[in-house]
Amino acid sequence: MSEALLTITDLHAWYGESHVLHGVNLNVNRGELVTLVGRNGAGRTSTLRAILGLTGVRKGSVCIAGVETMGLQTFEVARLGVGYCPEERGIFASLSVHENLMLPPPLPGGTPLSVDEVYRLFPNLANRGNTQGTRLSGGEQQMLALARILRSGARLLLLDEISEGLAPAIVDQIAEALMELKRRGYTILLVEQNFEFARSMADRFYVMEHGQIVEHFAVQELDAKADLLHELIGV
Amino acid sequence: MDEIFGFPVVVLASQLMLGLVNGAFYAVLSLGLAVVFGLLNIINFSHGAFYMVGAYAAFMGLNYLGVSYWLALVLTPLVVGTLGVAFERTLLRKLYQLDHLYGLLLTFGLTLVVEGAFRTAYGVSGQSYPVPEALGSVLDLGFMMLPTYRAWVVVASVAVCAVTWFVIERTRLGALLRAGTENPKLVETFGVNVPRMVMLTYGFGVALAAFAGVLAAPVLQVNPLMGSNLLIIVFAVVVIGGLGSTLGTVTTALGLGLIEGLTKLIYAEASSTVVFLIMVLVLLVRPAGLFGKES
Repeated sequence: MSEALLTITDLHAWYGESHVLHGVNLNVNRGELVTLVGRNGAGRTSTLRAILGLTGVRKGSVCIAGVETMGLQTFEVARLGVGYCPEERGIFASLSVHENLMLPPPLPGGTPLSVDEVYRLFPNLANRGNTQGTRLSGGEQQMLALARILRSGARLLLLDEISEGLAPAIVDQIAEALMELKRRGYTILLVEQNFEFARSMADRFYVMEHGQIVEHFAVQELDAKADLLHELIGV
Repeated sequence: MDEIFGFPVVVLASQLMLGLVNGAFYAVLSLGLAVVFGLLNIINFSHGAFYMVGAYAAFMGLNYLGVSYWLALVLTPLVVGTLGVAFERTLLRKLYQLDHLYGLLLTFGLTLVVEGAFRTAYGVSGQSYPVPEALGSVLDLGFMMLPTYRAWVVVASVAVCAVTWFVIERTRLGALLRAGTENPKLVETFGVNVPRMVMLTYGFGVALAAFAGVLAAPVLQVNPLMGSNLLIIVFAVVVIGGLGSTLGTVTTALGLGLIEGLTKLIYAEASSTVVFLIMVLVLLVRPAGLFGKES
């Protein structure tokens, strides 16, 4: 078994008074694509946010590349080589496409994709440099959000619902890009509602319910778990 | 042709020039205020106090240490900006999670303390600061006599605003600032030390105020209330110009200075209220301000 890049142990998190994560345990190995599935409100987005310290109080342990991150600030966690694509994509309205793309400074020890490589991966973004970021279509904004974190040189990508609300052709393009990133050795933790999209790429699945991991299996066990999955998340 | 609309050209030109000088102060101050509000979401009531401290720092430097005007113009923004950084680090930072009102109260309180301290030390009558020798002359423009120092105030202010505009709108640092204004937490996930960026931006806003204070020292009386008197108008400028456009803020400031100058000529009684009347009109028609972006 390869080395774990992300190890989460007994992670609890709160938003104000509200206790949203109740002891999450999961790990993602280097070069793996792991998908976190579950119903809305199960705590998947909160798990990604808690890794970066974007929730309120946290307890437990989040180790990235062997470094315990619980005492670190968000930007320090990112500097360990983490890229985060939020569900709302976070394209800055006051910045052009080019400015959005060039925004993240190179992370220490990272291997940023060049702008040319980014355009090869997402051809739709080429020639759109001067357009205001939020004037792109939903799919193009999603590609920009993904491309942007690749420009920082992050190697662990936390992607939240990146296929949500997109046309099937765009979803296919994004899936292709993710497969390419996987081939290049990126480590990806994907939160996904679109199970078909996830099953074509993922190595392993974690199922969340009520702020906890309730099931964990590899892609090979998918058929055997079909009934359970149907019961847990309705697919 | 020595009259325009019934006003002698000389009188009209000098009023416009005075208006432009005031507008230049409004521009530098409102820019600092807008940058700080954009990134920190703090209504910085102490902005006027830092402007006053800038003027006093120049005055004290000259009288106690023999620091020249030119040196004060460089040193004062650095020193007062550092004080701003210390204030941000030790007090203001603790309030970001709370309602805007707490920031407003803290900065208002700081203003009262600082003004009170200077009032105790220097009284309220005000001190005068000599115009630097190199700028003491008067330019003969043919249609009016223009004190060189006033021309310098306008040129220096516009130059500082232009550099600020360039940095905010045309550089990567500026892109980070604009992005930070929209969503600071997301910018932090790119590995950017946003708390430090916020601290330095606050320091920069304070330095701008101090710079305006040094510029103002030779033309206005240096007195403890000079900041409070100006700040209310500067707030109106920011409201009229709207947030989100550096160029808009500067244009509004200069334009309002000119309108104020003209009003003094046409109907002097309204000159101190005209800015607020415009503010009311703008708020009725465009609540986000002339150049502001509707959210």
